Amino acid sequence: MIISDSLSAYRTVYVNLDRLQIANQTLLNPANLDVDQLANLLGEVGGSAVDYADLYFQHSEHEGWALENGIVREASYNLEHGVGARVVSGDKSGFAYSDDLSIASLREALGAARAIVRHGGSGKRPSLNASQHGALYHGHNPIPAWESARKVTFLQQLDRLARSLDPAVSEVTVSLSAVHDTMLVAATDGTLAADVRPLVRLSVSVIAERNGRRERGSSGGGGRLGFAWLAESGRAEDWVRDAVRQALINLDAIAAPAGSMPVVLGPGWPGVLLHEAVGHGLEGDFNRKGTSMFAKRMGEQVASPLCTVVDDGTLAERRGSLNIDDEGTPTSCTTLIEKGKLVGYMQDKMNARLMGVGVTGNGRRESYAHLPMPRMTNTYMLPGESDPAEIIASLDRGIYAVNMGGGSVDITSGRFVFSTSEAYLVEKGKVVAPVRGATLIGSGAEVMQKISMVGNDLALDSGIGVCGKDGQSVPVGVGQPTLRVEALTVGGTA
Amino acid sequence: MTDRNSVQRPFDPGALHGLQERAGRVLEEAKRAGATDAEVGISASQGLSVSVRMDQVETLEFHRDRGISVTVFMGQQKGTASSSDDSDDSIRRTVEAACAIARHTGADPCAGLAEPSQLATEFPDLDLFHPWALTSEQAIEQAQVCERVGRSDPRIVNSDGASLSTGSSLRVYANSNGFMAGYPSSHHSRSCVLVAAQQDGAMQRDYWFDSRRDPARLLSAEEIGEEARKRTLARLGAVRPATGDMPVLFSPRTASSLLGHFAAAINGGSLYRNASFLKGAIGEALFPSWVRIHEQPRLPGMAGSAAWDQDGLPTRNQDFVRDGVLQGYSLGMYAARRLGLQATGNGGGPRNLTIDSSGEDLPALLKKMGRGILVTEVMGPGVNIVSGDYSRGAAGFMVEDGVITAPLEEFTIAGHLRDMFTAIEAAGSDIDDRGNIQVGSLLVGQMRVAGSG
Repeated sequence: MIISDSLSAYRTVYVNLDRLQIANQTLLNPANLDVDQLANLLGEVGGSAVDYADLYFQHSEHEGWALENGIVREASYNLEHGVGARVVSGDKSGFAYSDDLSIASLREALGAARAIVRHGGSGKRPSLNASQHGALYHGHNPIPAWESARKVTFLQQLDRLARSLDPAVSEVTVSLSAVHDTMLVAATDGTLAADVRPLVRLSVSVIAERNGRRERGSSGGGGRLGFAWLAESGRAEDWVRDAVRQALINLDAIAAPAGSMPVVLGPGWPGVLLHEAVGHGLEGDFNRKGTSMFAKRMGEQVASPLCTVVDDGTLAERRGSLNIDDEGTPTSCTTLIEKGKLVGYMQDKMNARLMGVGVTGNGRRESYAHLPMPRMTNTYMLPGESDPAEIIASLDRGIYAVNMGGGSVDITSGRFVFSTSEAYLVEKGKVVAPVRGATLIGSGAEVMQKISMVGNDLALDSGIGVCGKDGQSVPVGVGQPTLRVEALTVGGTA
Repeated sequence: MTDRNSVQRPFDPGALHGLQERAGRVLEEAKRAGATDAEVGISASQGLSVSVRMDQVETLEFHRDRGISVTVFMGQQKGTASSSDDSDDSIRRTVEAACAIARHTGADPCAGLAEPSQLATEFPDLDLFHPWALTSEQAIEQAQVCERVGRSDPRIVNSDGASLSTGSSLRVYANSNGFMAGYPSSHHSRSCVLVAAQQDGAMQRDYWFDSRRDPARLLSAEEIGEEARKRTLARLGAVRPATGDMPVLFSPRTASSLLGHFAAAINGGSLYRNASFLKGAIGEALFPSWVRIHEQPRLPGMAGSAAWDQDGLPTRNQDFVRDGVLQGYSLGMYAARRLGLQATGNGGGPRNLTIDSSGEDLPALLKKMGRGILVTEVMGPGVNIVSGDYSRGAAGFMVEDGVITAPLEEFTIAGHLRDMFTAIEAAGSDIDDRGNIQVGSLLVGQMRVAGSG
């Protein structure tokens, strides 16, 4: 029904076919392309000066519903497909893309990308070998799994719940989005791989007003799953309650303190700390170029011995997880920092080759119209031994931050910021009062050395993260146990 | 495209006509599919971007995008669908998808197109289209020159590259109340990002860029490289300021973000969602009495220029703040209906927004500040438009007796946006007109600085 009618031809086959076959049927067959032709095209572009070339096909469907003012008043549907052609020579990349998948367009795109190489000539026709990998998520399209009327009813129920929780709730925005992404990559190194990626997300934002004061609370979650997961076990209702709770708490917030002080960060989403303080700085491209403060520091102690940090693309159904990265490499769990020691970078094919190390399955791109680069998947710190309650009780005077807005980093100097959306002033081990949103700033290596307690309560975020780099956005996950940092600069006004 | 010296072919004039025809077909298709009204945006763009690092080409990218977005109305219900494919077949499927979801949305009394009498009828040429006949070879050479100039100091030990990008696009907007218009535009930019090292090995980075509709107005490759070098070297030896209250002088680039928060707070979308600290503030003296904040959407050749807004309403010069007092909001059609006000031609926000300068140049502003912090970079998302709370990471310079004395890093500046607006003491003549918000340095009398201690 609805949109699914016109597209049901390839949807109904998911149950029985493998991902490469689905990608073939979705991407190649409608354009009268086959794997032999891709091998021929890649053979034409090769040559002594070409280290690597690939073709990345993508078909992406997105649907979004938004409720506001009690009405589901926005609904959108987007369909995109295209192919990106990349030619790599040394550390140079040539790139062109097309939304037309004809042989002529593919040849033209590869020809344009090949302009990066001075010498002409053609190479060996690669033999493309399909690789199959275990699946971390099902490949079903989430969009038609619920009829439109059900999505609308779901949002309306959540809206009513939010409004029933407290008379101070004045505005409720709830939105539901689902993506179904099919990709296939073929490369001169013989790679032929495909993935079918579902992604759903529910976002809740409420405004609460009392005595002329107005505050927002937001929550949500999702993953590489279907709508059913969002609705199960009261998950969506919990996010609604969480958003309302945050808005109400913020109505009573006092000014945050200003200056350098100890900070305790709660489990889960505050792992944004790791994403900014060390994650970006450990991406292979910045280290190959020597522009990251972590460059040439492999094996050195860059964090306190309590810290072990991994990037793990292999967690089932997580927002940041992938069966294979966008270069066809299976994702892995890469240890970045082990007991404080720098032990690994995140790599794509080009940077791994230039640095003489192995790939890690971190080559990602926003879409066929963007070049891949090393990106994070799910980045988190392993649990320690401390009881979270003890960590909070250890604060003589400081901030306990449990929810974050977002952050950013200058990977060269290592300075990073992230801002709180729910935080408390703690004095003599006791929570005194909620504080207004404040930016926290520090320098990656210094802050990581100052982590003095690590809790036993590792949690991952609920599935809401978006990471931006060089203008490209990709879904990611973060996580951590409760942490105590001896000193961070808190940007309050008190 | 297969020749490495290939020139970016500009769109031919007939292409715009072709897109308009297609837009007409979308509207017909929507009516046929049962929509009571419809609007469509169609765009086509193409471009070239190159980046060079350590004198070698790093990336060479050819861009070519197409897009169609259609919104259908079924009475007061509404649905939107979009696609990168503008073929006849795709148009039909996109319209069907929009209609299918529209039938399930709630009836919103405020939904709908602008009335025919409200729509723009004049379509002046705003001088936005200056294609650049640049080969990829030339683009690479220019980026190399830029980076070489940038790296011509031994303290510049590394580079994140110099880039040049050029592109042009065609945009058409049409709706079933009779609006149909489109225009070609171009955009070109250069940038350079450098890394300098201190004696202790710690590194600093900074950059400079320019962005223009007309390549003849772009700063030269040499000028960008030189400015990037100066800015990067100026950061060496940065220290942390002490925590305390201090005046803050926002550089033009950071000042434009501050004015951007004002624009967000008077935007219809924030207001009807009760998500702005400036809700109900019309008539209030938010700024000192000398302050005028206004938009000039039809300035020729500027980044934000457009003759009509997202709803097809004519844009016009208007004051948002006069004599320090908030005069009105920035409203598109839907927001205006929700708020029971008149649309102001601001579907898509204000265009070429500026605050009139109080006359001082940068040295005069530093002198006026005396002791304080010149902020040249703000970091992070710490601005809450709902409550007005402002807390951001920053980098910049310590100023003593009106003279820059030391680079500063790793501190925050915080306050409430209302207090910051009231405390604006001067708006510089050093206007940065590269973006949609065009403003000089802004001196804010006092903010809470958090640094060491």
